Amino acid sequence: MTELDFSLPVVWALIIGTAVALYVVLDGFDLGIGILFPRFPQERDRDQMMNTVAPFWDGNETWLVLGGGGLWIAFPKAFAIIMPALYLPMIVMLLALIFRGVAFEFRWVAKPHHRWWDVAFAAGSTVAAFAQGLVLGGLLQGIEVRNGQFAGGPLDWLTPFALLTGCALVVGYALIGATWLVLKTDGDVEARARRLGAGLLLGLLGAIVTVSIWTPLAVPRIAERWFRMPDFAWYALVPMATGIAAFACWRGLRGGRPLLPFLSSVALFLLAYVGLVISNVPYLVPPVLDIWEASADPKAQVFMLVGVLILLPIILGYTVFNYWVFRGKVRAGEGYH
Amino acid sequence: MTELDAVFLARIQFAFTVSFHIIFPAFTIGLAAFIATLEILWLRTGGEHFARLARFWTKIFAVAFAMGVVSGIMMSYQFGTNWSRFSEAIGNVVSPLIGYEVLTAFFLEATFLGILLFGWHRVPRWLHVSAALLVAAGTSLSAFWILAANSWMHTPAGHVVRDGIAYPVDWIAIIFNPSFPYRFLHMLTACYLTTSLVVLAVGARYLLAGRFAEEARTMVRMGLGMVVLLAPLQLVIGDFHGLNTAKHQPAKVAAMEGHWDGARPAPLLLFAWPDEANERNDAEIGIPNLASLIITHRIDGLFPGLKDFPRNERPPVAPVFFSFRLMVALGTAMIALGLVGAWLWQRGRVFDTRWYLQLASHSWWMGFVAILAGWMVTEIGRQPWIAWGILRTRDAASPVAAEAVALSLALIVATYTVVFSIGIWYIRKLIQKGPVPALLEPPAGVPNRPLSAAQRAASEARGATP
Repeated sequence: MTELDFSLPVVWALIIGTAVALYVVLDGFDLGIGILFPRFPQERDRDQMMNTVAPFWDGNETWLVLGGGGLWIAFPKAFAIIMPALYLPMIVMLLALIFRGVAFEFRWVAKPHHRWWDVAFAAGSTVAAFAQGLVLGGLLQGIEVRNGQFAGGPLDWLTPFALLTGCALVVGYALIGATWLVLKTDGDVEARARRLGAGLLLGLLGAIVTVSIWTPLAVPRIAERWFRMPDFAWYALVPMATGIAAFACWRGLRGGRPLLPFLSSVALFLLAYVGLVISNVPYLVPPVLDIWEASADPKAQVFMLVGVLILLPIILGYTVFNYWVFRGKVRAGEGYH
Repeated sequence: MTELDAVFLARIQFAFTVSFHIIFPAFTIGLAAFIATLEILWLRTGGEHFARLARFWTKIFAVAFAMGVVSGIMMSYQFGTNWSRFSEAIGNVVSPLIGYEVLTAFFLEATFLGILLFGWHRVPRWLHVSAALLVAAGTSLSAFWILAANSWMHTPAGHVVRDGIAYPVDWIAIIFNPSFPYRFLHMLTACYLTTSLVVLAVGARYLLAGRFAEEARTMVRMGLGMVVLLAPLQLVIGDFHGLNTAKHQPAKVAAMEGHWDGARPAPLLLFAWPDEANERNDAEIGIPNLASLIITHRIDGLFPGLKDFPRNERPPVAPVFFSFRLMVALGTAMIALGLVGAWLWQRGRVFDTRWYLQLASHSWWMGFVAILAGWMVTEIGRQPWIAWGILRTRDAASPVAAEAVALSLALIVATYTVVFSIGIWYIRKLIQKGPVPALLEPPAGVPNRPLSAAQRAASEARGATP
């Protein structure tokens, strides 16, 4: 293996890892707002909640396309195994995203008969989040592969563990949705988001602890990875930082600071993500396919890498600009419709 | 169920989802350019009716674009969920083109759409106009990359195949593969033409109803002007595209023309019933030698017939043959609509010739149907290949159980039928409402601006009676 053959897949794994992390955080809060919709029955509140994400949701969801597309570009063999193996959760997620995506526009056009689009937005967001959790669980628990192809059945992913990760993602997205609302709204909506956030924080912590105990018990490979000295000393920083982030989030939700709950809940998500990466690196399809085995032709990886290195900073630049244009709290009654 | 059933279901699912999807980008590519033009006119002339029109069409754009985005994410994931063997065999070559589409187009349009929709009172005018231009650029760039990828599947170039897997050799040759320039121009023109027809139809409808006179005239002028220009141009581009297909995919052209016997010059068939089992046409009505003239530019020119290809390398004839006729018939109708309109316009009567306005107001659908028919011609005409000469469609599907595909197909058909029918109905509702005077004062409650007492009172009144 030449140095390029070794390092290209590593670089690509970092890029896709970043895209997925950005997706989870960015679309996380706008899915979360949909999940929280039933807790805010007033039309006025719902308008305000939706307006906090309306200028962003489309860009947020594009990271999902980059994550999936990036996997195809850089690791076509993994893409060709994961997608068919998790076929039904994937399709259900995509359909749920249709319902909640069109609701952003349809809801305003339909007014005053928008009730069903409120339902579509809430249900679509919740189902999409749950299906993403199923995908995560299905991937973590392993996929049956023969001759480089998926060789299992259509319901292989359906296990208690996948149901747990499904629920965990719903709770987690709801938490960043709530902390986003603390940041972007005022009055009743903010106050209620703070109250809901506390319960969701406990729920997410419970899910993180359960997954952290479950995976090393169920998979010896993961136990070996974590509990070996001297690596464990470093890895132990992750649960410690998680504890600090959770405490900061709790304090932020109680106190008046608007930004702290959001930042710390994002940190919680990223730390959980780092934990999963530690458990599974360098596998893309644990434990049968690693990033080197799954790699595309280096020519394809290099050609795309050039584009990523030039374009990704520009994209990040104008994404930040967009968030800056629509900075500050969104008040009731604001919107373009 | 057998594996073939799963492939068949996956094909239906892809055809269904892509047919629904293409309607929205086809409309929004042209609409984005139209909105950007309106905003530039507004910036340069200060005409408030341009601003009202821009706002009006932006609302429609938002609804259509949302449907395009969500149906498009489905497309990009289906490469993996339903066509994993295709993804693996062709991925090295095709997937980076899609990657460039995401990076150069999707993020650009999605992000600046936020400013276009919600930024009216938040950013200066020039920045709003720039956002409109960037969204328009994004939609066209998206067409560039996706058509490069699609064209490569028709006329692969710049690659080598080892063990059934395609590897890139020359990226310029891959992107600018032989059919790409023609297909790109043909599709982009089709998008602009489709939107122009809709704009013309909406303008005509308002004129007939005596509503929004100033805006309606602007729409008829701009829509009709584009149809006059683009409909004949499209015929020329289409002809070049056809010649290119004759060179690279002769079996497709033979099916388009219903041409069986390559040893004889071909008539241009106005109607026929292709009989694939007996390798001939029934009920032929045609103009002798005209197809030969169109394709070879010689009156007695010869080009390969379907019998020159083994049966397992022929596309299904009837769908290609009929879709092609439908597309050409609609194109001809568009040219006629443009010519008649230009004649009336030149005589200063276009705004009050009721029968013409009636006709124009009922022509909004022609571009959409022509685009769908055109894609049927080219995609069914590529069969039995998914990537011409490299991979057959039947070898490209995922190892997913037929039952799972049947379930997903049912869910998708149900969702799309409900959601997108309602969406199209909402667009109709917005059009019926029309370009009501734009809210030039910011709505109550925009941060960073002091509220006037009147606005505060209005906002409080709204709050009291939600």
